[in-house]
Amino acid sequence: MPFHITGTSTSVRRVHNEAFLPSGTRSGSPPSRPTVIAAGNLTKKYGDLAAVNGISFSVPAGESFGLLGPNGAGKSTAMKMIGGVTRRTSGTLDIMGLDPDTHGPEVRAHLGVVPQQDNLDEELRVRDNLLVYGRYFGLPMSYLKPKADELLEFAQLTDKARSKVDSLSGGMKRRLTIARSLINEPRILLLDEPTTGLDPQARHILWDRLFRLKEQGVTLILTTHYMDEAEQLCDRLIVVDKGRIMAEGSPARLIREHSTREVVELRFGSERNTTIAAELDGIGERLEVLPDRVLIYADDGESALEQVAYRGLRPLTSLVRRSSLEDVFLRLTGRSLVD
Amino acid sequence: MTDARGVRPRALQAHGPEAAAARARRWGAFYYAEQVLRVMKGYSWSIVMYSVGQPVAYLFAMGVGLATLVDGQGGAAFGGVSYLAFIAPALLVSAGVMTAANEFTFPVMDGFKWRRTYYGPHASPLTPGQIAAGHIMAVTLRLLLQSAIYFLAVALFGASPSGWGWAAILVATLTGLSFGLPLMAYSASITEDKGQFALVMRFIVMPLFLFSGTFFPLDTLPLAVRWIGWISPIWHGTELGRVLSYGYQEPPLLTLLHLAVLVGLAALGWTLTRRRFALRMGQ
Repeated sequence: MPFHITGTSTSVRRVHNEAFLPSGTRSGSPPSRPTVIAAGNLTKKYGDLAAVNGISFSVPAGESFGLLGPNGAGKSTAMKMIGGVTRRTSGTLDIMGLDPDTHGPEVRAHLGVVPQQDNLDEELRVRDNLLVYGRYFGLPMSYLKPKADELLEFAQLTDKARSKVDSLSGGMKRRLTIARSLINEPRILLLDEPTTGLDPQARHILWDRLFRLKEQGVTLILTTHYMDEAEQLCDRLIVVDKGRIMAEGSPARLIREHSTREVVELRFGSERNTTIAAELDGIGERLEVLPDRVLIYADDGESALEQVAYRGLRPLTSLVRRSSLEDVFLRLTGRSLVD
Repeated sequence: MTDARGVRPRALQAHGPEAAAARARRWGAFYYAEQVLRVMKGYSWSIVMYSVGQPVAYLFAMGVGLATLVDGQGGAAFGGVSYLAFIAPALLVSAGVMTAANEFTFPVMDGFKWRRTYYGPHASPLTPGQIAAGHIMAVTLRLLLQSAIYFLAVALFGASPSGWGWAAILVATLTGLSFGLPLMAYSASITEDKGQFALVMRFIVMPLFLFSGTFFPLDTLPLAVRWIGWISPIWHGTELGRVLSYGYQEPPLLTLLHLAVLVGLAALGWTLTRRRFALRMGQ
C-alpha cells in the first residue's frame, strides 16, 4: 500500500502534531498521533536472495512496534534499512518524513539504535563511551557531561562510570548500549534483539527500562524472536518469516485470530508422539505434532485434557496453558520460533 | 531523575535532530577523529616511547656505529655528507611508513570485524566516508607528532644541516599516508583474517624498507631490483627528505615527481578507502 507523508517533519519533541499528516493509512491508530515510520513494499535483495520481500507497515508516534520472527527472517535487514544504514532495493521508506537513502544523516539524527551485537568502545571507559557517542551528534560537552551521568543513573551503571567496558557483564553492556542510544534524546528507538543472550534477571531489568521509555512516549521499534518479549513490550507487531509479513496486530489480537484461548501440551515420549496423535483426533480445534510434544488447541484446555484421559491415554506430562505468540507463529509458518 | 548526589539537575535538552545532522554533515570526520584520538590516548605512553625510542636506537646504531666504518671510506658515495645525514631522512620516512602500516591495518579490521567499532558511529549521523576520514585524520596527527619527535632527535644528532630539514616531518607524514591509505583500502576489503597483515609487513614493508635507497643509494643496486625503489613510497619520500634536509642534488623535475607520486598514492588510497567503507557498511 502506498504511503505519503507530506508534512516536512522535523523533531517530534518540539514540533506539534499538525506538522504531520495523521497516519490514516492504518485503521485503529488514533488520528492525533503522527506516523513516524512508513514502509511500502520495502524490499532488500542480496543477489537473488530477498532478505526482505515487500513488507508494508506504518508506525505512529509513541507506539511500541515489534518485528517477530525466527533468525534469518529478515528482521535485522529491515531494521538496518529503517536505521538508514542499508539502502533498500525497492519500495518506499519514510522516517519522520525523510527518505533514509537520500537523507541518511538527518534520519539517523532522529534515531537511537541498539544493535544486535554490542559495538561499544571497549578501550574507553563506560562514561567516555557516552560522551564520545554524543559528539557524533555534534552535542557540546556542557550538555553531554550531565546527560551522561543522568543516563548512567537510568541504566543503573553509575558506580561503573569509570570502569573499562570489557569488565562489564553482558547485561551491563546491553544497558550501556541502550544508554548510549539515548544520548541524543531520540524519539524513536530501534532495538535489534535487545535481550538475546541475557539471563532472565538481566532481561527483566532491561524490559523495565524499556517500559519506562515507552511511558515517556518514545517510539520503540524492536525485533525479537522471543514471544514473551514481544508480549511484554509490543503494542502491535508484525510476524515476519522469509522476508514477508505473515500477520499483523496486537499480541492479543494475533492470538485471538490465529490460535485458541488455551493449549494443552502433552508429552508421550519422543517415540510415541507421532503414533498417538491419531488417537487424539477430534479433541480440541486443532492438533499440532512436534518432535517432543503434541499440542492440542482448545478454548477450554482442562476439558480437552479430560477427554484425553477419557480415551484412556496416559501422557508422561501434561500442561494446560494460555496461547502465546509462539503458537501463532507455529500456526502461521508450521515452524517454531526458536529452533 | 536525580543525579548521584541526589540533586535534581537543571533541565537538559539536546539540540534537535536537524542541528545534529547539520553539524555532523559539516564536522563529522572531526568527531570521529576525536574518538580515535581518545582511544590512542589510552596507549599514549607506548606511542611516545616508540616515537622517542626508535629514532634514538636507529640513529645511534646506524649513525654512530655503522657510520664510523662508512665515513672512514670517504663520503663520496653519499653526496659528500656524513652517513648519518644520509640515512636520517630515510629512517624518519620509514618510521612514518611503519606506523602507518600498523595504524591502517589492525584497527581497520577491529572496526569492521573484531570489535565492530565502526558500526557504532555508523548508526549515528556520521557517514562511512567521514568515519574513514576521521580515522585517517587521527593517524595523520599521530604521524606528525611522531615525525616531529623523530626530527628533534635527528637535529640533536646534528644530522639535518639544512634550514629546511624540519619539512621532512611533513614528508614523512605524507609518505606514511601514501603507503598507508592504499593499505587501508585493502584492510577494509578483508573479511577473514588469515594473517594477511603479517605477510604485508614481511613481504612488502620490510623489502621496501631495505631496498628503497634507505641505507645506500638506489643506483648502487643492480637494475634487476632497482624497480623496487622506483615504485616504493619510501624511496620517493626519502629522496624528497634528502633534498630538504641537506640539499641533495637531483633534477628539479624528479623532486616534483616524488611529490606527485606521494600525493597521488595518498589520494588514490583515500578514494579507494572511502568507496570501500561506503560499500561495506551499506550492505
